[in-house]
Amino acid sequence: MKATLKKVMALGVAVGLVSGFAAVSGKDAQAAWEPKKPVQFVVMAGKGGGADKLARLIQSIIEKHKLSPKPVTPVNKPGGSGAEALVYMKNHKDPDHAIMVTLNSFYTTPLRQPRLGVDPLAFAPIARMAEDTFLLWVNKDSGITNVDEFVKAAKAAGNKWVMAGTGKASEDNLLTDFLNAAYGLNMKYVPYKGGGKVAKQLAGNHANSTVNNPSEQLGFYEAGKTVALAAFTDNRLPLFKSAPTFKELGKDFVYYMQRSVVGAPGMSKDALAFYQGLFKKVFATSEWQTYRTKKSLQGDLLQGDALVDYWKRENEVHRKMLVKMGAIKG
Amino acid sequence: MELLGLLSEGFLIAFEPLNFGLIVLGVVVGLFVGAMPGLGSVNGVAILLPMTFLVPPASAIMFLAALYYGAMYGGAISSIMLGIPGASTAVATTFDGRPLAIKGEADRALIAAALASFGGGTISIVLFTLFAPPLATIALDFGDPEIFALMMLAFATFVGLSGDDIAKTIFSICIGMVMSAIGFDVISGEPRLVLFDLIGFQSKINFLVLAIGIYGIGEMMWTIEVSRGDSMMSKATVTVDRVMANLKIFWNTWKTWFMASFLGFFVGILPAAGATPGSLMAYGVAKMTSKTPDDFGKGAVEGVVAPEAANNAASTGSMLPMLTLGIPGSPTTAVLLGGMVIWGLQPGPRLFVDEIDFVWGLIASLYAANLFAALINIAFIPLFLWFLKTPFTILAPLIFVLSMVGGYAATERMFDVWLMLILGVGGYLLRKLDYPVAPAVLAIVLGPITEPALRQSLLISDGDLMVFFNRPISGPIMITAIILLFLPLFQALWRRMRNKGGATAG
Repeated sequence: MKATLKKVMALGVAVGLVSGFAAVSGKDAQAAWEPKKPVQFVVMAGKGGGADKLARLIQSIIEKHKLSPKPVTPVNKPGGSGAEALVYMKNHKDPDHAIMVTLNSFYTTPLRQPRLGVDPLAFAPIARMAEDTFLLWVNKDSGITNVDEFVKAAKAAGNKWVMAGTGKASEDNLLTDFLNAAYGLNMKYVPYKGGGKVAKQLAGNHANSTVNNPSEQLGFYEAGKTVALAAFTDNRLPLFKSAPTFKELGKDFVYYMQRSVVGAPGMSKDALAFYQGLFKKVFATSEWQTYRTKKSLQGDLLQGDALVDYWKRENEVHRKMLVKMGAIKG
Repeated sequence: MELLGLLSEGFLIAFEPLNFGLIVLGVVVGLFVGAMPGLGSVNGVAILLPMTFLVPPASAIMFLAALYYGAMYGGAISSIMLGIPGASTAVATTFDGRPLAIKGEADRALIAAALASFGGGTISIVLFTLFAPPLATIALDFGDPEIFALMMLAFATFVGLSGDDIAKTIFSICIGMVMSAIGFDVISGEPRLVLFDLIGFQSKINFLVLAIGIYGIGEMMWTIEVSRGDSMMSKATVTVDRVMANLKIFWNTWKTWFMASFLGFFVGILPAAGATPGSLMAYGVAKMTSKTPDDFGKGAVEGVVAPEAANNAASTGSMLPMLTLGIPGSPTTAVLLGGMVIWGLQPGPRLFVDEIDFVWGLIASLYAANLFAALINIAFIPLFLWFLKTPFTILAPLIFVLSMVGGYAATERMFDVWLMLILGVGGYLLRKLDYPVAPAVLAIVLGPITEPALRQSLLISDGDLMVFFNRPISGPIMITAIILLFLPLFQALWRRMRNKGGATAG
């Protein structure tokens, strides 16, 4: 009996130990990586810029729902159309605690400034949160209501037709070049700092047309000051049902602006998994979904390899467009 | 009458216990954020934005607007006491606030700043209440040629009527212009003047870094050289008599703050301009219209009153395009705009129709915030003066530390701290060679607005300069600017002719 008891006890101890170990090692495997200090959320724009507003919205959502054990704090690196932010991320000493919100300058700035030595594909693919869309806008006073009338008026005005946009070789410039080529126009492209200022130029009748994002023109559009003629998208936008796509009009051209969150090059796999999980949760919040609807944003959540594939594709598209524009050598 | 009804309903909202408490809290926090060199309203609002989820949207924006207001008051405090601009909007306040403090009249300067801020705030809120929607249309009418003409007017007020050596003034402006061109050029889309290939020069020199360098570090070096460490500002005392006497400033300078408030409000409305250019322009105009322009820069009370009235008025003004057009007039309102989107409010022309409670609650809270900022600020003045009794030998290292921290806080880059030190030494040398520094500061603020406006205008007009003259708004402004610019020349010619006339007659 004694022996049996001993045996049972030994067995018990053994089972206990094993299960203890199992519990410990299991916990080890399950103990996901978590940030150990505040996460730097790098913004390629100054305080109040487009990317900055986005970063602060995301920060607020994370804080409101307590999605991260450590705070996510925006850090502004506005220099050189993203150059400063990209180089800062590339050289970051603690890549596990550095993420960045990016737009399409993520491709165009490294392409235009090869000396920076930045490769977009080296960044950690956390999440594409949305794609912003572009439309062609005119002032209501112009009386123009469709693309045909627009082409007629712009053709007649020739080089006097002012298209306002956001900086040379920016997204707006690419779209203007497309319109000039597709319809045989000779519009004059005048760059401004930021889409908000561009929108104001049109509303104040200082420019003849723009290719703003919906969010930039929405206020003026709702006040009846500006009109959307057509969209550079695959399908008509829910907010602008009456504006056809350029595809419908026979010009196969779509263009989106990514709104993605990336990790610093060299981010560990565990950290990447944490941030991917974090932004999946942010994406699902009602705040983010409302924001998407209100700003007429498109594009689903893309993460990991799917996001890298998307970047590869977009990077090529931008390279070709910049070569065509003469901004870079092929 | 409808307006009054809406406003009184707004007051009921603003005076709900929660909102009222938040307004007072916002003012106090703003006062300290503004007084801290390097931290301005934009930092305060940006940092505290996520906290506002705990309260309803209307309360949140009241809190942030009160903070914005408090910071405008607070910026003057370190400008006057330490000579370091507490915020970029308070740079012009150092021009005369600092000399007043050195003369032992810090109390006068502080009270003048508080009273002027109150005056500017009040006038601008009344203008806002009465004319918000129509004024928004004016902001839209300002295209590039108009903005360029307005900037020319600002420069002209500094050149044409500065009592200083005109050649040196223009040289100083040129230095500022070159520095403002460093960084990224929007129109060509290329980086330019990236000195020594340093990545730090890929973005433009932050104005606050420059201002703290020149006025904090440079001024400290200058004071040490002149005073050899003697205590200089301990003479200021507070007695009831002095406070009562100082309160008279409000009436004695009413013309100055009245003018500055209108100017500040108007400049604030224009997108891209904001409170800093507004306060600098008001300073220039105050000097121009003063009977004793030579006193400016040496401790003229008007020199404190004008920029302080203007920066408060401009801060209200810049909310106008933000609310009615969805275009921020200043960096701070840009962050506020982001906040409104998070709270689910859509700024734009429809806001005044769709969100009546919100809009009028906000307007009423501006009245309340303005009043409390003035009262709280005046109540704190004895504390500030007590602090000034510290000997300069202790104050100097403190200024140095505050400048370093402030320079870092502005952009969070070590690069800018080094840059600030270099600029400080540069500012000191300029001063030693008797160059006026203020025009360079003006140029660095206005340069980034002026240059694109000029190039965009000329792009649109195919290089035709007449675009500045044949438009109804830009034409008159441009002609006034040119007359002011050449006024010293005319004056010199006039004097010479009179002398000649006198000689032949005699």
